[in-house]
Amino acid sequence: MPIFECRNLTKSYGAAPALSNVSLTVEPGRVVGLLGPNGSGKTTMIKLANGLLTPNSGEVLINGMKPGIETKKIVSYLPERTYLSEWMSAAQLMDFFGDFYPDFRRDRAEEMLARLGISQQQRVKQMSKGTREKVQLIMVMSRAAKLYLLDEPIGGVDPATRDYILSTIIQNYEPDSSIIISTHLIADVEKVLDEVIFLNRGEVVLRSSVDAIREEKGKSVDELFREVFRC
Amino acid sequence: MKWEFRNDAPIYSQLIALMKLGIASGEFKPGERVPPVRDFALQAGVNPNTMQRALTELEREGLVFSQRTAGRFVTEDAQMIDETKRKLAEAQVRSFLGAMSRLGYGKDEIVGMLGQCGPADSGENEKEAAENADL
Repeated sequence: MPIFECRNLTKSYGAAPALSNVSLTVEPGRVVGLLGPNGSGKTTMIKLANGLLTPNSGEVLINGMKPGIETKKIVSYLPERTYLSEWMSAAQLMDFFGDFYPDFRRDRAEEMLARLGISQQQRVKQMSKGTREKVQLIMVMSRAAKLYLLDEPIGGVDPATRDYILSTIIQNYEPDSSIIISTHLIADVEKVLDEVIFLNRGEVVLRSSVDAIREEKGKSVDELFREVFRC
Repeated sequence: MKWEFRNDAPIYSQLIALMKLGIASGEFKPGERVPPVRDFALQAGVNPNTMQRALTELEREGLVFSQRTAGRFVTEDAQMIDETKRKLAEAQVRSFLGAMSRLGYGKDEIVGMLGQCGPADSGENEKEAAENADL
C-alpha cells in the first residue's frame, strides 16, 4: 500500500486554484522531492496531508487513511515556519515531543543537539533563526515515523549546516519509511532524492527518478528545473 | 575518496566509476569490507537506494561480493582487479588520444611528445574516463 496518496485532489483559496485534480502515490522507503516555483501548491499539498486544510474535492490518504488522529501518529511534519514556544528550553522541547509522540527517540535528539553544539538548557527565545530551524528539524527527525513531511527544511540555514541536515535526514529515516521534502534549493537536495515531483500552478508536470532524468536528459534535476520553469 | 558528482550523468553510474577507480588504485584493498549501505551512502552524501543500486551492479560484475551475514567485501580476484585497472587505463589513453587528435596531432607526434613531457599532473579527469570505459 502506498504510504502517501492523492486522488483527484483539488483545493482552491476563493477563486484561486492552489491544486487542481492532483493524483499521485509515494511508496514506502522513498525520498521524494516536491519541487516547484513559489505558489505552485507545495505547501498546500503538505497542509492537506496533515489535515490543516480540507480539500474542495478528491482526497489525501496516509497509509490508506484520511488525515486524523491515527495518521498524526505516523506522520512527522516540519512546517515551513517554526512553532516552538519561545519560553521552552531544548530539554523541555524534548519532554514536550516525548509526551505527544510515543515514537519520539530522545537519545537521538540529544545526540544531534550535542553534535550541533546546542545546549539543552538554551531557551528558544535565545536561539538564532537558524538554530531554531535546526532544533525544530532535530525534533521532527527524532521520531521513528512512517512518513516525514518536510516543508522547506533547509531554507534558512547556511550551506555547511545544509549538508549536516541532509545527512541527518538520511541517517535517521527508517528504511521502510518515506520522506517528502518540499524545496526550491534543488541542487542541494538532489543527491539524496530517489525521485522528484515537479508542481506548477497546482498541477503535477513531471514525475521521475533523479537518475532517470540524468540518464535521459543528460542534465541534473536542477538544470531541468531551470529549463522547465524559465521565467 | 573524494565524492564529487557531475551534473550530466546518473549518480549511481558515477558511484560505480568512483568505486572501480578505488578498487583499481588500491584505495579499496582486495578482501576489504565495504561499509554498510547506509553508512557508505552517508559518506558519499547520496541516497541509500542509489548506493544500493551501485553496489548491486558492482556485485553483479563480481568486483564486490556479499557474505550472507558479514556484509560486502572487495573481490580478492587479482586477475579481475588487473583487468579493471587495464580497462580504466585504456579508457584514459583513448580519451587522451581523442583530445590530441582534436588538437590536430597524429600518433607519431604524440609518442614524440610523451618522451619530452614533464611530470604527471594530479589526474582530475580519471572518473570521467572511468565512466566512459564501458567496463
